[in-house]
Amino acid sequence: MEFFWNFPFISIILSLLCAVITFLLKGGTAKRLTLGLNLSCIIMSLLTVIRNLTLGEFTYTMGHYTAPWGNEIRAGLIEPLFAMIFSVILMLSIMAIREEKYIEDSKLNLFFVMSDLIQAAILALAYTNDIFTAYVFIEICTIASCGLLMIRDTGKTIIAATRYMIFSLLGSGFFLIGVILLYDITGHLLMPNIKDAVTVLWETGNYRLPLYITVGLMVTGLGIKSGMFPFFFWMPDTYGYASPDASSILSGVVSKIYILLLIKVIYSVIGAEVFFAMGIQYLLLVFGICGMMTGSILAIREKQLDRMIAYSSAAQIGYIYMGIGMGELGIAPAMLHITAHAVAKPLLFVSASRLSAVSGESKRFADLAGSGYRCPVSGACFTIGALSMVGIPGLVGFSSKLYFAEAALEAPMSILAPVLLALAVSTLLNAAYYLRAVICLYSKGSRKIHPDETDKERPMFLISIIAFSAVIFILGIFPGYLMDIIGSGLEIL
Amino acid sequence: MMNKSSNSPFEKWRAGELDMLSGFCETPKKTERPEAGIHYPQRVKDRIAHEAEEREEHLFKTVYKVMSVVFAVVLIAVLLFTITDLPRFGGEHNPTINEVSERYLEKGMEETGAVNIVTGMILDYRAFDTLGESFVLFTATCAVLILMREDKSERTLRKDERSDRLCRLFDDPIVRVSCKTVIPIIMMLGVYILLNGHISPGGGFAGGAIIGAGLILYAQVMGFERATVVFSEKRIKGITVGALVFYCLIKSYSFFTGANHMESIISPGVPGRIFSAGIILPLNLAVGMVVACTMYSFYTIFRRGHLD
Repeated sequence: MEFFWNFPFISIILSLLCAVITFLLKGGTAKRLTLGLNLSCIIMSLLTVIRNLTLGEFTYTMGHYTAPWGNEIRAGLIEPLFAMIFSVILMLSIMAIREEKYIEDSKLNLFFVMSDLIQAAILALAYTNDIFTAYVFIEICTIASCGLLMIRDTGKTIIAATRYMIFSLLGSGFFLIGVILLYDITGHLLMPNIKDAVTVLWETGNYRLPLYITVGLMVTGLGIKSGMFPFFFWMPDTYGYASPDASSILSGVVSKIYILLLIKVIYSVIGAEVFFAMGIQYLLLVFGICGMMTGSILAIREKQLDRMIAYSSAAQIGYIYMGIGMGELGIAPAMLHITAHAVAKPLLFVSASRLSAVSGESKRFADLAGSGYRCPVSGACFTIGALSMVGIPGLVGFSSKLYFAEAALEAPMSILAPVLLALAVSTLLNAAYYLRAVICLYSKGSRKIHPDETDKERPMFLISIIAFSAVIFILGIFPGYLMDIIGSGLEIL
Repeated sequence: MMNKSSNSPFEKWRAGELDMLSGFCETPKKTERPEAGIHYPQRVKDRIAHEAEEREEHLFKTVYKVMSVVFAVVLIAVLLFTITDLPRFGGEHNPTINEVSERYLEKGMEETGAVNIVTGMILDYRAFDTLGESFVLFTATCAVLILMREDKSERTLRKDERSDRLCRLFDDPIVRVSCKTVIPIIMMLGVYILLNGHISPGGGFAGGAIIGAGLILYAQVMGFERATVVFSEKRIKGITVGALVFYCLIKSYSFFTGANHMESIISPGVPGRIFSAGIILPLNLAVGMVVACTMYSFYTIFRRGHLD
């Protein structure tokens, strides 16, 4: 068991190595290598979780110099757990779609180079204990996700990718300025050392303004990159025009990893007491609730399936920020909701792409009518994902909303009332557009569709969407185990 | 049943034909329809709609520009105001002057064997960050390939030929002769900076950038036919991949032995010698090769859409 502590390091280096080797391979081999890499990362993260449940957290020196001088990674419970969850989602998303349909043959291996690099970034961002290492891997993640986006060579995709890149770089820039200011006033880049220094600064009252600006810049930067309320307008174009697996990777993994990093920043860099004493969380609460409402209303207006799902992403990210805004009570439900959304959204994107494939590649609701009969498995899985997002009991979306409500009940009245109200209203709005989509899939269409007979469902696709649905069910029925691990993980973060 | 109920508002909304919220909240205003009774041809209708759209877009763009300027000014003001509260640059009691920089300065040479402490810091103390940075370059190369790559075909070959003819500097004797003298010096300087990265200022990133610039100059002046004799697509890929794999493997050895408290065979050596500072010299070479190949391939891909 003692050897297990090498696994975070091995998995990061392995992902980087695989990315380089994939550069030389052909498409099919590249895909197999990538899936193998994802699987081994899942196994290694799982073993790390098991090790830490019995032996406790650890830090791992990268090289011969101990922490403030050298680099260091750290694994408590949150880190390997979320590394595992995101790797699972990455693997299932890659399994689901036939990339050849969207990507030229000569660029196929580059797609997998990018997904390997995203795998590396997931692991490094989850495990890092150094704020500058986090920035370096944010850069890798940003460029790689732009690459994934624009690999589908249409004009609209390029425009969407440009917009995404501008937003994303703005976010990275804010984060970097935040890191610089923080280094200037604390003199450290290592997370625990910064936390100690910040606690002292907060007590003595020195550098109060730079501290506020720093935290504000970091939260804004990561907020822009993950699609917080006023900054989510890159989402519909990005997710709507990218190839479905790119949008499922981006929505399921990339935007969530920034939120995980934000939670790490709150707990391990600024320190939860200082952060929540600053009062920035109330802003996040307001933005979160606004995001829930705006995203849902825009989704109701949408006439195309995948853009509707994209706007719903904005709403669901609003839930997560609302959770963070509720203070320490809301963090654990927010993390459960990260999982819930990260599982459901790729499932929705992937099955929606299949449903539109049997409807003559159209994404309009009018053409999608009846596609649930033409492709029963995708229809059923889409329904499960949609119902989970609405919050039907027995599915994971319900459990996270329940935990949000429970957390709100313990909060003061000024938080309790808006949160419960927002939950109720936004659930209704969610139901309005998701049930519309589901009803539409199972009603007789007026137009005649000639599905492409050669385009059959592959076993990999079926395994992937059934696995997604199974995860939604399992987490929905037994959310307690996950919440226990998250709870004890937050204590040692 | 379908036909009977298909006129109800619910059915229409479900089928995506009716917008329940039109007229409320963020809904854009409907463009004015031409009066009923007059039948404009489709072309005219399209034009009316198009003009209305353009008018809206124009308004949006003006508001957008004003908002961007306001946003940027506010951001600049806030950041400038923050700077006044920061510790003074180079102050004696700054928070940045602590045990971390102290050890780098006092023990850096002894521990890493590198006279150039910056190199010692980025390639030994904080080598994991630098590994990430080299992968940023690799990611950027792949992203540019995704964006610009064109497969070789008749059309692209003709395009290449035309662009080569336009910026053909080979025929100009002044340029040719001076470049023939300058390019070897540039290359030598690059290699020197690369090899002496641990002794004097410089290192992988600087040396690689100079070599890359030399390569670009060579390709620009002598033409791609001659440049690709040495730098074919295969070689560029091979060098990049080889350098990165080498960096990964050799650094993993050092990370692994370091973390598990095992003896490492890497020793700092005698500071100041060319073969000293443990693995810093080979790592500098690897970083330099990655940087040079990245710069050269950016140039080639942007010029021609492929690497050879």
